[in-house]
Order: sequence, then C-alpha cells, then structure tokens
Amino acid sequence: MRATVPFRRIVELGIKSLLLHKMRSILTMLGIIFGVCSVIAMLAIGEGASYEAQQAIKQQGSANIIVRSVKPAEGGSSSGSSGRSTAMEYGITYKDAGRIQDTLPGIRRVLAARIIRDEIRAGEVAFPCQIIGTHPIYQEINNLEILRGRFLGQIDETYMNNVGVITASLAERLFPSTDPLTQQVKVGADYYQVIGIVRERGLEQKRTQSGGGNEGQPLDSNLYIPLSTARSRFGETIIRRSAGSFQAERVQLHQLTVQMDDPDLVESAADQINAILVKFHEKKDYEMIVPLLLLKQAEEAKRRSNIVLGSIAAISLIVGGIGIMNIMLATVTERTREIGIRRALGARKRDIVTQFLVETVVLSVGGGLIGVVLGIILPFVVSALYGMKAIITWWSPLLAFGISALVGVVFGLYPASRAAELSPIEALRRD
Amino acid sequence: MSRSAIISIKGLTKVFKMGDSEVHALAGVDLDIEEGSYVAIMGPSGSGKSTMLNILGCLDRPTAGTYHIGGKDVTHLDDDELSSVRGERIGFIFQSYNLIDQLTVIENIHVPLFYQGKDLVECWNHCEDLAKLVGLGQRLDHRPKQLSGGQQQRVAIARSLVNDPLMILGDEPTGNLDSKTGAEVLDLMDRLHAAGKTIVMVTHGDEVAGRAQRVIHMKDGAIDREVVNRR
Repeated sequence: MRATVPFRRIVELGIKSLLLHKMRSILTMLGIIFGVCSVIAMLAIGEGASYEAQQAIKQQGSANIIVRSVKPAEGGSSSGSSGRSTAMEYGITYKDAGRIQDTLPGIRRVLAARIIRDEIRAGEVAFPCQIIGTHPIYQEINNLEILRGRFLGQIDETYMNNVGVITASLAERLFPSTDPLTQQVKVGADYYQVIGIVRERGLEQKRTQSGGGNEGQPLDSNLYIPLSTARSRFGETIIRRSAGSFQAERVQLHQLTVQMDDPDLVESAADQINAILVKFHEKKDYEMIVPLLLLKQAEEAKRRSNIVLGSIAAISLIVGGIGIMNIMLATVTERTREIGIRRALGARKRDIVTQFLVETVVLSVGGGLIGVVLGIILPFVVSALYGMKAIITWWSPLLAFGISALVGVVFGLYPASRAAELSPIEALRRD
Repeated sequence: MSRSAIISIKGLTKVFKMGDSEVHALAGVDLDIEEGSYVAIMGPSGSGKSTMLNILGCLDRPTAGTYHIGGKDVTHLDDDELSSVRGERIGFIFQSYNLIDQLTVIENIHVPLFYQGKDLVECWNHCEDLAKLVGLGQRLDHRPKQLSGGQQQRVAIARSLVNDPLMILGDEPTGNLDSKTGAEVLDLMDRLHAAGKTIVMVTHGDEVAGRAQRVIHMKDGAIDREVVNRR
C-alpha cells in the first residue's frame, strides 16, 4: 500500500483554510471562547465564595458549639403587655453552663460571655459599643490577635478588676492622639483601665446580638472585661431603650462556647446540649450554632452550585459546538467542488474526514485556549472590581479545555463525514 | 487482453436504477487501449460516454464486466483502493479545470502527490519542471483566479502529469476555451503523446478527435464504430 498523508500536513491544511476566512473563524470561535471563559471564571468565583464562607465558619472552630441567648417570640405571656415593671427574663443561665460542663463527656472547656450594648466614653467622645464580659480563654477560642498590651488574665477575673481590652478600631477613634494603654474608658458610671488592644480575625463578629441598634457602626467595636466584673457592675438586668420606652431584660449569659476535645464529638454533643437545655427552658430562648454542621452545609451548597454552574457551562459549550457545526456544514456545502477534486486526485474518505475534523478541532481548541486565558484573567478583574475572592482550581482550565476539544470532535464529525460521503462524481459536477 | 494493453475492458456493464425502471448506461463494452496511444471517445449525450469516463477514471464501479488498468484488476476494489488507483495511475483533466482556488499554481500541481504522503518541499523541483513544461514557470505563486482559462487548463495538465500516470484522462478539456487557446492546449497534448503518454479523451469536438489515433464512437451504451486516423 501507498504511504499515508502525514497528519501534520493535514493539520497545516486545516489551519491554512481557516486563515483564509479569518473573520468567520473568529466569530465561530467566539461561542467556545465565551463558554470556556465562563466555565473557568464562574468556577473560580464560586470556589472563592465558598472558600470565604468555609474560612469564616472554620474561624468559629470546628470543635466548637456555640449557644446564644435569644429573646423568645412574645406569645401571650403577661409580661409583654403589663408594662415596664417586670423585666423580661430569658436566655442561658450560669446553671445551664454548669450542667453542660458537668454532664457532657469530651468537653475541653466552656466559655461563657455576657454581651451588653452601651456607650463607651473617653473624655468628651462617646461611641456605641459592645461590652463583652468573658474569661481569659476567650482570646484563644475566638482567635483574637493581640496588637499591644495583654488580654484579660485570671487575676483580673478573680479580683473583678476594672480593666478592659479594646479593639483596634475603637482605640483609634477614642484615642486619636494619646496612647490608649495609659488611658481609661468609661461605661455607665465605671472606669476601666485599658490594658490591651486586639484585632478580631475573620468575619464571625458580623453576627451581632439580635435586636441590635447600632447599625452602621463597625462591627468590631468591642470592650472586653472580666466576666466577674461585668456581673458585678452591670448586674443581670439590662435596661434597653427602644422607641421611646424602656425595656428591662434579665439575661445571665449571652453566649456559651463549648469546645470539644474532638470534632467527631461535636454532632452528638450538640444533640445532648439541646436535650439538656430543652428540659430547663420552657420557651425557645436560645439558639445553637454548630460551625461543623454549617461547614458541611456549605460544602453541600458548593457541590450543588458546582453542578448548576457546570450545567450552564455545558449548555454554553454545546451552543458553541452547534455554532461550529453550523459553520462547518456551510463550509462543506461551499467547498463541495474542492472535495470532489481532492477525491478525484487520490484523497481517501478518511483524508477528507481528517481535513474537516482538523478544522473544527482547531476552531474549538483555539477558542478553548483563548477562553482559558480570558477565564484566568477574568476572575482577577472581578475580584479587583468587586472585592470578591476568586480561586482558580487547577482542574477547571483542564476540564474546560478538554470539553471544548471534545465539542470540536463531536460536532465536527457530522459535517466531516458528510463531506467524505459525497460522491466524487456528484461533487465534481457541482459549481 | 492484448500484449501491450494498458487498459483492458471486458463486457463492461453499468445499470442505473431510476425508481422502478433500469437504465443501461453501458451494455457490455469491450475495449483495449495500448500504451502510448491517443484515444478519443465520442458520442451524443446519453450514449454512455460520461459513464465510461467515470469508470475509466475509477470514480465509479461497473455493474458487471471487468476492468484492468496496467494489468491490475480494479473492478472490485473498495473506495480507499480506488482512491489510491486514481492518485497513482490516472491523471485527470476536466472541462472546467477543477483547480483548488485557495492553492497556488505549484500547490495545485502538487495535490496528487500530497495524498501519496509527499511533501511539496521534497518534490518542488519535479512540480516546478512540470509548470515550466506547460509554460507557467514564472507563475508558481499565482492563484487560479489570477490566470486565464488557457493557463488554468495548462496547470491542470501539469497536475495530471505529476504522479506519472499510466493514463491521462481528459473530459472535454477544450470545452471552456476559445478555439485559439483550445488549439494551444491540444498542441500540448500532442507533445505529451509524442513523449509517449497514453491519453484518453472524452469529447464531442471534431478537432479534438482529429488529433487522436483512434476515435471510438459510442451509441446507446455500446461502441458503435471505431475510426483509426492515419498520420
């Protein structure tokens, strides 16, 4: 048998004929370019968003269970309508904390916190802020970064010291020109010596206590004081002003963070904590946040969004493929005579198939390459403009590119075989 | 089969099915063509000469009968094998030239060799020589659209020679040309014949037939009569 045509030559032939119709080739490629580009960009942005969400959840600790006091829905109880004399009592109690700590196996530690909203003053200036009464381990569990000074210590706790640690943004605004560590802040009638400045990492503080009235303020305007100090200075009744009337609330603890030895214990522990709390709380005046479960939900959500994005991308690539097929069918019709000539001069069917298939694959692979480049650039542009995080996984360009090449082959086969199946006699007869 | 017959046809039959009826385009044709001969096939339309041309050119297969070219039985070859025979043993010249528009003169000449896996670079000299032979040595980079009809047909003739075929098969090669350029093309064919090429031409022009050694007249799918020209 005779020698076959080197594949390289057929590829050259295909590229050459594409270059003859540059405009048409580029327009044909656009479908694939947009398809591939959007696959990569969408996956990158989706990946970035879920990464941020997961980081935020991880920040809360995957071994942690957070229990918060929530004001129960007012349903027919007398205290709501009878006026201001009775303080509304709800939330987690010190007893709850004790029960959880004593009955649950595998607890590493339990961190209690009181969160009170009030005004903080330094001299003439005053800002709304959150006063968080808590234990020294708060810093470690909530991953606070100490910028200057120190966090609360056991001594402060024991002696109910009037000391406080403030967040950096608060420090800047309260003491623009003096060293905060030499100053005192005033809340209500009491003064607290500033002993440290911290910065909160992550986003977990976006969850302000429900019913908050300080919208528009930075979320991390916090003053940390010892829990014992908070208890003695503020008592358990908090007077809150809302819409002109006073409202009294009695809340012992606002937040309880239960840290387990092992993340594997978290799910069963959460159930047990719930069981304990249900027994002693008539109303649902608490909520439980389990970061680990949130993480699993986030992963599930990500999986789903990947499927959705993938489907959209697949559709756009198929549309691109149909565009290629359409153009190639037109090309085959237009070049019927050329096909006849080549067949008469010795081209086999498979030479013709290869020639036309190469053209579609060059179109789709070329479009795929351009799409990959744009798809890698686009997420950076988006994240620069909108501050969204974008992560390009290593497999998404490969996937998009692979699919685009496949689309070229699949949608090129039909026009190419149509070309090859033309009878040379018929093909030569045509004009 | 005679001793030096390069083409040998026995009982060649071609039947086309047109709905219910059958059309016998060829009804048992016998023909031997010796090497180096110049044969013209003539006849009115419907006489079967186009079908004859297609089968001779291995573009179509007969319904019955046998066809040997250069001693090789090509009657029952499959499509790929027929492509090979066309590419290696037959040189085509068409009425409408059938050059590929986007290729240059030398690339057009090279096409049959392309499908034998030969690069233009390695057979450049051969192709260029053929272009010179047909008087287009200065126009290697021209495209068909930049050439006159006579020049295009000369490119086609050069292309028909590039694979050193056993037979040059012409389908009305002067049909689209005025009489002067047609005569030039026929002069070129005469030179090729003089150089020993086997030429088979399908035509209904008398001046073409006048140059051939043998003129075969076809009628109703069979050979009606044969005239041998003496020089």
